Amino acid sequence: MKNICIKIENLKREFNVGGEIVRALKGVSFSIYEGEFVAIMGASGSGKSTMLNILGCLDKPTSGSYELDGVEIQKLNRDQLAEIRNTKIGFIFQSYNLLPRTSALENVELPLFYNHAISHEERRERALKCIELVGLQQRMYHTPAQLSGGQQQRVATARALINDPVVILADEATGNLDTRTSYEIMGLFQTLNKQGKTIVFVTHEPDIAQMTSRSITLKDGLVVKDEINPNPVDALAMLAAMPKDETI
Amino acid sequence: MTASNLIRIAWNAIALNKMRTFLTMLGIIIGVGSVITMLSIGEGSKQGIREQISTMGTNMITIRPGAQNIGGVRMDNSSQRFTIADVNALEEESTLLSFISPMVSSNGQAINGANNWPTQITGVFSDYMHIRKLSLSTGSMFDDSYEGLNSKVCILGQTVVNNLFNAGENPIGKTIRFKNIPLQVIGILEPKGENAAGQDQDNLMLAPFFTVQKRILGITYISSIVASAVSEEQSPEAVEETRTIIRQSQKLRPNDADNFRIFSMEELIQTSSTTSEMLTVLLVVIAGISLLIGGIGIMNIMYVSVKERTREIGLRMAVGGKSSDILLQFLTEAIFISFSGGLIGVILGLTSSFLVSHFLQWPIVITTYSIVISFLVCVVTGVFFGWYPARKASNLDPIEALRYE
Ligand SMILES: Nc1ncnc2c1ncn2[C@@H]1O[C@H](COP(=O)(O)OP(=O)(O)OP(=O)(O)O)[C@@H](O)[C@H]1O
Ligand SMILES: [Mg+2]
Repeated sequence: MKNICIKIENLKREFNVGGEIVRALKGVSFSIYEGEFVAIMGASGSGKSTMLNILGCLDKPTSGSYELDGVEIQKLNRDQLAEIRNTKIGFIFQSYNLLPRTSALENVELPLFYNHAISHEERRERALKCIELVGLQQRMYHTPAQLSGGQQQRVATARALINDPVVILADEATGNLDTRTSYEIMGLFQTLNKQGKTIVFVTHEPDIAQMTSRSITLKDGLVVKDEINPNPVDALAMLAAMPKDETI
Repeated sequence: MTASNLIRIAWNAIALNKMRTFLTMLGIIIGVGSVITMLSIGEGSKQGIREQISTMGTNMITIRPGAQNIGGVRMDNSSQRFTIADVNALEEESTLLSFISPMVSSNGQAINGANNWPTQITGVFSDYMHIRKLSLSTGSMFDDSYEGLNSKVCILGQTVVNNLFNAGENPIGKTIRFKNIPLQVIGILEPKGENAAGQDQDNLMLAPFFTVQKRILGITYISSIVASAVSEEQSPEAVEETRTIIRQSQKLRPNDADNFRIFSMEELIQTSSTTSEMLTVLLVVIAGISLLIGGIGIMNIMYVSVKERTREIGLRMAVGGKSSDILLQFLTEAIFISFSGGLIGVILGLTSSFLVSHFLQWPIVITTYSIVISFLVCVVTGVFFGWYPARKASNLDPIEALRYE
């Protein structure tokens, strides 16, 4: 039996919009084990992003409990949450969120600036390794404006990897990319997953979800389906099978 | 966060936004520069006036006839004139005056052969030289004997010499005319040049008192009396003593108001320095306003930049930056910008002060306090206005900051 990485119980999140309560999450419970590659599915507005933000410690639930890597997150204060984000979580945004006019390498280094324990040399060394892992060694001195969307998402992925997190959370990481590039990114995630990384991945594209090992479907703030995918589609094989010039 | 990380982050942010950094600095540069320039002009004029007064002798006392104008009513003049009796009374009774001289003056043309020159002749005792701190470059002074004070001789200022005599000609022993009275030149005054107001201090003639009073003017009274207090410190006492003596010799009763006025240089220095202090205050107020406007500029730019960078702040928090880290980053940026802006401002202030003194010939005095004060005020404004909006941003939740458009 593998260790539990994420455990949420009866998680609720309500927003107060001008006096009206919007219930984005109405009581979500599940556990994610180490080494899983989970897709969170659901229609637009079903609460996927809301949940991922809570998992990423960027937002706090209205009620319910959340345990990450054995830490009870709901008991932590602002600074402790920042430390959890810094050491245990790698977050990838749909819109990349890279620092403009800053080289890929420096963007990747960013999280480690906020970690005392890591020296300049180690930071640089790790950043180079992560850049290499996402295949951008040729472009590491380029700024985001000089990179394609797929390359920018690779930089964001490298940034999410640099702190060696217990879980990588990605919110529609392929949402802004064409099919070929999406498969490339998925191939990268699959490789990382094979190396043992736990990944939670929000998407609403079924073909992308088939490349993961488990998919959880949300509807109106509740889990409606949670199934294991015994034979994930190999993204790199799909990519190889695609005609070179195909773009959708 | 370690200090070196902090500095690196702040430096990167500054380098990424050169124009914004420059505009922020500009407010500080102009603020500091103008305060320093204004203060050095103010201080310079204050010292300029003081110096000008002290070249005239800081312990000089002047006594003029005429009551203070009370309610614009001027009293009959003739009864208030001084005569030689007043001078004699001072000479006999005063203990706090070291030199005393009456003064009468007349304006007119000095003539030497074909040359003539408009100037002023003043009839004095030889003490006048000590009172006004004058000295002779060549020749000798008349003496204060009866014969000496009636002799037809004169002492010339350098400007008069230059205009009445040809270059190389020795004026000593020559006879010139003033209002048709022939006067033999016996001495030439050491040149003093122009004063701070640009007036020629060498366009004058001195002559024995009675020669001017009787022969040139044909009067029996004295326009004013000048004297020196024994020391600058004792000049207030000397003024009081002089007042008592003159009241006696003018035969005033105890209830009568003074029919004369006494001015001491010390008083003059004080009045003029309060005037120039007011000028300095005015300049400082103007400079302070420009500083404030500079500060508002800094705040505005910092505020906009924090708004602009709310997403960046969100991202930094999302990857593990604590509120304090974010705040420190912005504070470091603000300190860096304010300090370098302040430093450039000091250089600008010193340069423009120098230019003012060089091209406008204004007296300039740069004081350390003006540099320290303006620098501190600007740095504090810059840091405060940089810190305040950053504090607001760093209190946002990361997700709110990231969502900010
Ligand atoms: N900050 C907020 N304030 C108010 N309501 C919010 C906020 N964030 C989300 N919601 C609401 O919560 C619900 C879930 O939103 P969420 O962004 O989680 O959906 P999603 O599943 O990610 O949708 P999409 O696929 O379009 O990204 C929506 O009804 C949305 O309007
Ligand atoms: Mg979403």
